[in-house]
Amino acid sequence: MLSSASAYAESVDMVMIYIISVSVILLLGITAAMIYFVIKYNRKRHPKAKQIEGNVALEVIWIAVPLVIVLSMFWYGYVDFYELRNVADLALTVKVKAQMWKWNFEYPNGKKTDTLYIPVDETTKLEMTSIDVNHSLYIPAFRLKEDVLQGRTTYMILQPIKTGSFDIACAEYCGLNHAYMYTKLHVLPKDEFEKWLNEGMESKESAPADTVKTGTNISAN
Amino acid sequence: MNSQVLDVNSVDYLEYKGKHKGILAWILSTDHKRIGILYLVSLTTFFVVGVLLGFLMRFEMLSQGKTIVDAQTYNALFTLHGIIMIFLVIIPGIPAVFGNFFLPIQIGAKDVAFPRLNLLSWWLYLIGAIFALSSLFLSGGPIDTGWTFYIPYSSRYTSTNVILPLLGAFILGFSSILTGLNFVTTVHRLRAPGMTFFKMPLFVWAIYSTAWIQVVATPVVGITIILVMLERLFYVGIFDPTLGGDPILFQHLFWIYSHPAVYIMILPAMGVVSEIIPTFARRTIFGYKAIAFSSLSIAIIGYLVWGHHMFTSGMSDTSRWIFSFLTFIVAIPSGVKVFNWVATLYKGSIDLGTPLIYVLAFIFLFSIGGLTGLVLGSIATDIHVHDTYFVPGHFHYVMFGGTIFIFFAAIHYWFPKMFGKMYNEKWAKIAVGIMFVGFNMLYFPMFILGYMGMPRRYYDYLPEYAGLHILSTIGSWVLIAGLTIMIINLIKAVRGPKNAPMNPWGGLTLEWQVPSPPPLENFREIPEIKHGPYDYHYYEEEKVEYEHSK
Repeated sequence: MLSSASAYAESVDMVMIYIISVSVILLLGITAAMIYFVIKYNRKRHPKAKQIEGNVALEVIWIAVPLVIVLSMFWYGYVDFYELRNVADLALTVKVKAQMWKWNFEYPNGKKTDTLYIPVDETTKLEMTSIDVNHSLYIPAFRLKEDVLQGRTTYMILQPIKTGSFDIACAEYCGLNHAYMYTKLHVLPKDEFEKWLNEGMESKESAPADTVKTGTNISAN
Repeated sequence: MNSQVLDVNSVDYLEYKGKHKGILAWILSTDHKRIGILYLVSLTTFFVVGVLLGFLMRFEMLSQGKTIVDAQTYNALFTLHGIIMIFLVIIPGIPAVFGNFFLPIQIGAKDVAFPRLNLLSWWLYLIGAIFALSSLFLSGGPIDTGWTFYIPYSSRYTSTNVILPLLGAFILGFSSILTGLNFVTTVHRLRAPGMTFFKMPLFVWAIYSTAWIQVVATPVVGITIILVMLERLFYVGIFDPTLGGDPILFQHLFWIYSHPAVYIMILPAMGVVSEIIPTFARRTIFGYKAIAFSSLSIAIIGYLVWGHHMFTSGMSDTSRWIFSFLTFIVAIPSGVKVFNWVATLYKGSIDLGTPLIYVLAFIFLFSIGGLTGLVLGSIATDIHVHDTYFVPGHFHYVMFGGTIFIFFAAIHYWFPKMFGKMYNEKWAKIAVGIMFVGFNMLYFPMFILGYMGMPRRYYDYLPEYAGLHILSTIGSWVLIAGLTIMIINLIKAVRGPKNAPMNPWGGLTLEWQVPSPPPLENFREIPEIKHGPYDYHYYEEEKVEYEHSK
């Protein structure tokens, strides 16, 4: 239905499938029981109700079992996210600046763009801030979004496993042209990315091209 | 003197002639029943306005680009739709209309504890509503911040009228606090002899739990609104980063109120469900104490989960998992209620009356709303679907499929008691059927749109979302057709003859033991309570007649 471009995105889909499957089973169970009772105990067929006040064992079961289920959902939804947020091995850090209604990306060598380019099979960190209202950087193919605020830096970790072009949207309402604050994320093979990064940079005084290397940890700061 | 005393006990509240005449006899009345009707009329009016705004929003989404309005108007539409539906319809909703009308009767009281304060609450509601809607007609144009008023857009960037709607929300907050205060005191002080807490109807339990949230949580939004106004008018730096403030602080304060407010919206509906099912199944409720305590635990845990609105806000990762954990815990008491309701149908003697059909539709829709809430409680999936169409899909299933469907159930359940008249049951059932189909057509596609990555509050959309948007818009037309039939059917009934018996459904709570419509002071003499609220067993043993044919 929606393409996924990272291992993390696939793990989010797995969590989704888990939660939805359990939910569908519960929903069908509840609905079927309800319809069955309404038909079976219709007043015409069943004129005298049986007065049952409750059942402690049942109450305990339908507290305990859902509790275990929801805690498993909590855990499943938490672990992968936690792992992704704490990746130490960064290849590239891109500074993101959001404004009404466009995105600016700045690379370690000083190159600036309005669309985002990153290398495949590498870890890229986006360090994001806004110069006006709240925005939110949303990349559906990576199942990630993070609000972008003025006066503080938030971050996002991208670990693409396939090349291609993906939508970036603004997900936090930011005024008139909020719906048009789209841009593109281009995931390139490593060598193409390096070529792209250094294109048009020779004339400018900035970081030398060879600082961007596979596996090299370059902090923008 | 004697004749006056007789008057109070025998004249019904609709026909009673007090010192005021005409409309003044209503808008100056301190009778809890008349105030309930005042709220019913004003709420329904705002609901119709909110529906029309929603209709326009959906119509705009029928095609890509501009369909009928421009982006600025669209942004104002979803903001006003949200403000009206949340602050003017769903939050006051069931407590203001049915709580006012039936809480005193159900506990055997003549009125609420503070009748004048009750009337003041309605006036504050009306004044707040005028402020909230005034931006429509003033220069600057209608507010376009979304109903969440996020800073700094609302404090510094928008040129629309923000202050008046905020002031409106502030005044509405006081209306809500005073109503809550009134109900808490009424439940503590005015219960009839013999009515212990565990002999109270579950509707009373739900309104009582809700009233506490109203009293304790609402001041937070009042304070927040004052701070926003200070910032917008006098540039005091609290939330705005350029003034040295913190925009996330605003989000925390906003949701510290607005999340408990979600339970202000749904708990009373749960109370109504717990009334209707026993009546139509002719049996005692399954798990009375479990349901009562789940109301209380929802009210308490509901305070501690606000951060799940902010998983992507940039708050710390530690806060994210704590709020995710607590959010999953609060799912349990809601689940307990659903299981107990379904169990109450077991071995009942079920009459499929209109109110029960609404309740069955509610259980289905509310379950979908609740279960999709699990997707939003889990950090990984929430980060993907947060601020997409998934979220409006989820909260419309909970708030519309939940609270509003039960508001309709409550109207159809208590209509004969409130007006002494019956509506056409056939048309009522047709209406709920059409609404159910339209509802699912309108809101279910939103879950898929959201998972596909369509953000909410978007004036325009990418071509891949077109099909589902069109389906959703057509669903809105079906839903509105159902609503129209329902409203016409009820209006016709209001104008019809007085033909409702005292107890058309065979309910056991006290309101079914007074005439329809109830006399001015509800009870000829205050009853003494000897059994639980749904104790059909007692009636069978004692061979007490409770049923009256329709």
